[in-house]
Amino acid sequence: MSLAENLGLEVGQVVAEQTFNLSRDTLVRYAGASGDFNPIHYRDDVAAQVGLPGVLAHGMLTMGVAVQPVVDWLDGRGWVSDYQVRFTRPVVVDPQAGAEVTVTATVGVIDDAGARIDLTAVYEGQTVLGKAQVRISAH
Amino acid sequence: MNPDLTEREFAPTPAYLVGREKVREFARAVLATSPLHHDPAAAQAAGYADVVAPPTFPIVIAEATLQQLLAEPDAGIDFSRVVHGDQRFTYTRPIVAGDELTATLRVTSIKTLGGNSMVASESTMVDAAGAHVVTSVSTLVVRGDDS
Repeated sequence: MSLAENLGLEVGQVVAEQTFNLSRDTLVRYAGASGDFNPIHYRDDVAAQVGLPGVLAHGMLTMGVAVQPVVDWLDGRGWVSDYQVRFTRPVVVDPQAGAEVTVTATVGVIDDAGARIDLTAVYEGQTVLGKAQVRISAH
Repeated sequence: MNPDLTEREFAPTPAYLVGREKVREFARAVLATSPLHHDPAAAQAAGYADVVAPPTFPIVIAEATLQQLLAEPDAGIDFSRVVHGDQRFTYTRPIVAGDELTATLRVTSIKTLGGNSMVASESTMVDAAGAHVVTSVSTLVVRGDDS
């Protein structure tokens, strides 16, 4: 039985949806864990100097968070063998309110290799990732 | 931005030993709560030797290759003007704690558009046996002075 049959997948089916709050603390933690210490992700003055609207979440933080609903839903029944995104809009993280990002994961394609899950990540009513595609495969 | 960087291949990075605590730390940082990332027993029950790294974990190793690129004396890249354009990870198998990975960076293209430079590169990561594990493909955008 194929992975898609095992999981009972249909194209267009929403398999996961989750909202995450990214705070300045989240950004500092991600900087430490990833080794990306670009100051635009924690210093308002540097962000302003280079013409940004504010301190931005690391694109890689948004990418990393956005795939988690898929990993949780899969729960070891398959694995993420390919994952790509385009960073289309910055996520500005307010020092007090943070930033809320809502992720929706939808089955895009089913084929012999497994399935492609398409993600949308929405911040303040606009998508921040483009062509966000997750390939899931059987073990 | 120096167009001569195109097709430049860098020396392989020193081997990166994927530690269990690093996997857990990175998982917490991307708000990943799956037991596969945190609990060796859960990972082993799913058929893995140890905790499984989250899908974007290779960026930790790619960071070493980014430093190679920024350190090139002729690159001319101001890090505070760098934003990430796109990113892709293509796996042969998942990364688990205990893996020793070596990355080799290659700059694949440099384009200039409206005062910005787009640097496309790929890092190929292999394990201690030399077998392919994952390739990280990315585009960095170096914003020009006026943008």
